Amino acid sequence: MGVEGIGARVARKEDKRFITGRGRYVDDVKIVGLTHAHFIRSPHAHAKVKGIDASAAKDMPGVVDVLTAQQLVDDKIGNLICGWAVSSKDGSPMKMGAWPAMAPDTVRFVGQAVAVVIAETKNQAKDAAEAVVVEYEELPAVSSMTAALASGAPQLHPEAPGNVVYDWSIGDEKLTKDAFSKAANIVSLDLTNNRLVPNAMEPRAAVAEYDEAEEHFTLHTTSQNPHVARLVLSAFYNVAQEHKLRVIAPDVGGGFGSKIFIYPEEMVALWASKKVRRPVKWTGDRTEAFLTDAHGRDHISHAEMAFDTNNKILGLRVKTHANFGAYMSLFSSSVPTYLYATLLSGQYNIPTIYAEVMGVYTNTTPVDAYRGAGRPEASYLVERLMETSARQLKVDPAELRRINFVTQFPHQTPVIMAYDIGDFGASLDAALKAIDYAGFPARKAKAKAAGKLRGLGFSCYIEACGIAPSKAVGSLGAGVGLWESAEVRVNPVGTIEVLTGSHSHGQGHETTFAQLVAGRLGISVDQVQIVHGDTDKVQFGMGTYGSRSAAVGMSAIFKAMEKVEAKAKKIAAHLLEASEGDIVIENGEFKVTGTDKAIALPMVALAAYTAHNLPDGMEPGLKEGAFYDPTNFTFPAGAYICEVEIDPGTGKVDIVDFVAVDDFGRLINPMIVEGQVHGGLAQGIGQALLEGAVYDDNGQPVTASFMDYAMPRADDVPSFRVSHTTTLCPGNPLGVKGCGEAGAIGSSPAVINAITDALGHNRIEMPATPGRVWEALQLQQAAE
Amino acid sequence: MSTVKLTVNGKSVSATVEDRTLLVHLLRENLNLTGTHVGCDTSQCGACIVHIDGKAVKSCTTLVGQIDGANVTTIEGIAKGDQLHPMQAAFRDNHGLQCGYCTPGMIMSAIDIVNRHASDLDEETVRQELEGNICRCTGYHNIVKSVLDAAGRMKVAQAAE
Repeated sequence: MGVEGIGARVARKEDKRFITGRGRYVDDVKIVGLTHAHFIRSPHAHAKVKGIDASAAKDMPGVVDVLTAQQLVDDKIGNLICGWAVSSKDGSPMKMGAWPAMAPDTVRFVGQAVAVVIAETKNQAKDAAEAVVVEYEELPAVSSMTAALASGAPQLHPEAPGNVVYDWSIGDEKLTKDAFSKAANIVSLDLTNNRLVPNAMEPRAAVAEYDEAEEHFTLHTTSQNPHVARLVLSAFYNVAQEHKLRVIAPDVGGGFGSKIFIYPEEMVALWASKKVRRPVKWTGDRTEAFLTDAHGRDHISHAEMAFDTNNKILGLRVKTHANFGAYMSLFSSSVPTYLYATLLSGQYNIPTIYAEVMGVYTNTTPVDAYRGAGRPEASYLVERLMETSARQLKVDPAELRRINFVTQFPHQTPVIMAYDIGDFGASLDAALKAIDYAGFPARKAKAKAAGKLRGLGFSCYIEACGIAPSKAVGSLGAGVGLWESAEVRVNPVGTIEVLTGSHSHGQGHETTFAQLVAGRLGISVDQVQIVHGDTDKVQFGMGTYGSRSAAVGMSAIFKAMEKVEAKAKKIAAHLLEASEGDIVIENGEFKVTGTDKAIALPMVALAAYTAHNLPDGMEPGLKEGAFYDPTNFTFPAGAYICEVEIDPGTGKVDIVDFVAVDDFGRLINPMIVEGQVHGGLAQGIGQALLEGAVYDDNGQPVTASFMDYAMPRADDVPSFRVSHTTTLCPGNPLGVKGCGEAGAIGSSPAVINAITDALGHNRIEMPATPGRVWEALQLQQAAE
Repeated sequence: MSTVKLTVNGKSVSATVEDRTLLVHLLRENLNLTGTHVGCDTSQCGACIVHIDGKAVKSCTTLVGQIDGANVTTIEGIAKGDQLHPMQAAFRDNHGLQCGYCTPGMIMSAIDIVNRHASDLDEETVRQELEGNICRCTGYHNIVKSVLDAAGRMKVAQAAE
């Protein structure tokens, strides 16, 4: 594969521009004649918009125009959509409340836009926004699911009686009931999965430009999937026609799911650029990110697990309420259903599962996919339940897991997923060894002598990545196919461009994708350029989320490479007067095996383009494309062990050790894989210890800045000990599974299990802040 | 409006700006130095950190009018031609960045940390000193590694000078 091929720790090609300040993010884009947008947002969680008076604002310095929600309606701009249809268990379709990009009559969460000021400078737009008078008539709001489901609760949408989006189920209710009736032991648990704010460090932004003569739009936007943005903006929002819209997602400063969706602001900027006949820039500030970026998680669940006399699992029963916020965001419906409940079997043989999920509207920011998207909620539930069960059944938690592990593959779970391969025991063994499990009692005793409480917690997570087989997700209600495309262009001088529909916003694709190509041809990664994020350059693509870019995106490149190599071998064989079957590719050369005859890649490429001497009937050029549609999800899995120490005086939790052993299949670049795990772990630890979006009873967000919402900082997390076990994924040609979300999926249960171990009881919720832990310690003392 | 004279990355700059203009906006909008980023609106994230007279300062909380005559260095000004600053090289070699958005602020902050802790820099100190810089991608693991690595490199570079 060569020193820069698959498996090599190649330093990132993209780093130079980032470390020298030459990255090009959306807010860095400047266009002659640029104007600046500032949105006027509702200060109320629920209100009627009685009127907007922008007359004074329009006369202020630098103001180009003030556009209101009614003008969107007048221009027949479409409402925001939810692209995954999920039906309730009675067969009725999900209840989707209309979501206009700016609200003409009713606002349903704090921060919802009602108008936008366009001005020559950002400050002028902000100044003028102060002068726009919006008259609201406040309505009673519901900020929690409990309040939203109460009888007589204020109703958000006429389309959704009782504030219910859907009442969905999966699995066999009767079979599960029967299993529970035969149980020797039943363990139950109530859980809250706290609401999180993704907080990519780059706020969302858009620069929209309209070319009147060509009737053509260009949109620079912070997107994980620019082609999907173009599709949605043209096919559903009616802002521009698809062939008259170029969407560019240049350097994007993190996404974590939040930049999958096509938000009101980007759509309004695009529309406004035509209205005011000037380019329009909108760059969100952090407060706007807290108010309007799709939030994540926010589940309340009750779970029960049934065991036989040998501590084998007989069944699992789950009831979950999932908060959707005020509207259904683009993929919101799939997150607490097909991305959550389908993973409730965990790493275990569970003969029967029945899960019910009720989606609930509240007067809060919409909720959608955030790193892991449904799978962290599933692993938190399953792994908290396993640890609780081990303690109640008085079995070692590692042993309880081990005796219930799936060991035969493929394994069909009772909730759709068919696990293709894995070795869960191997990861657990490696993690136990790394943490020195046998030495834990001594460490605990030593901590106790020093006045500290030590605890150890496990998490054996599994997730479904590489989303996904288009036919499978189509049958489950997805409005799109989830393949990926690639094009490999060999230039006449032998350098290579790879065009991919995946999008890199921190993942390092410019390096890892180049490694695949470089390794196959035996050339340097510097001779390979990865092109992405521009709908004018790349024909189509589904983008980057769900840890899919290696398993799906790179597999498309693999397929295109096979075609390029096949054609190049034909040319080489022709030029070398050899048989095509005898040509091998080594070190950038096409060689006749067993001889010293060879021709270098640039000469083959040149021959393809001069076309003076090609095999009869062959078309000139050396460029091939491919679409790849996966045959199954991939199933990354691993074992995480967290060791904590609690100061009983303050309730402060210190993570003294964290071991992560993951099976991601083949690793393309171990350095980058480790980095993905580190980042995921910090987000999972953030959820467990620090983060939580909080609303007051009136729907006012009280955590809308970095002063109030506790992001993990460098001294909140430890150095991590990350290692790998390997079973190669049989579902794609590279044997890869995906590594982008695992850390965030597997870590929060390990942290809370360690805390509950140290506390000696289960009465703690995320985030386990010092205050909450201290209170939990008082509960324990009161009980004693 | 106020007129200020500054030295930015070694070049003299004179600017007449609104009194409310923040340094980060002067750098990004007027001087096209877009490597300095804005990641929050409460001076918490540190994506905007530059050096003012050799010290790390959050440019989102600095009015241009406050720093007349100051010497400002941004991420664009720390490499010597093609030769990266040791901190930049250490971030690349240790995979200390992913999306790159917080990176300029991290690097400018980290140089200042190393300058202030000549010989006693350990992991705990680096983690505490990085309190004012938020990264959402890396979990800080490789950032801390980068800073410790760069501390050694900077020492060697200083000894050589």
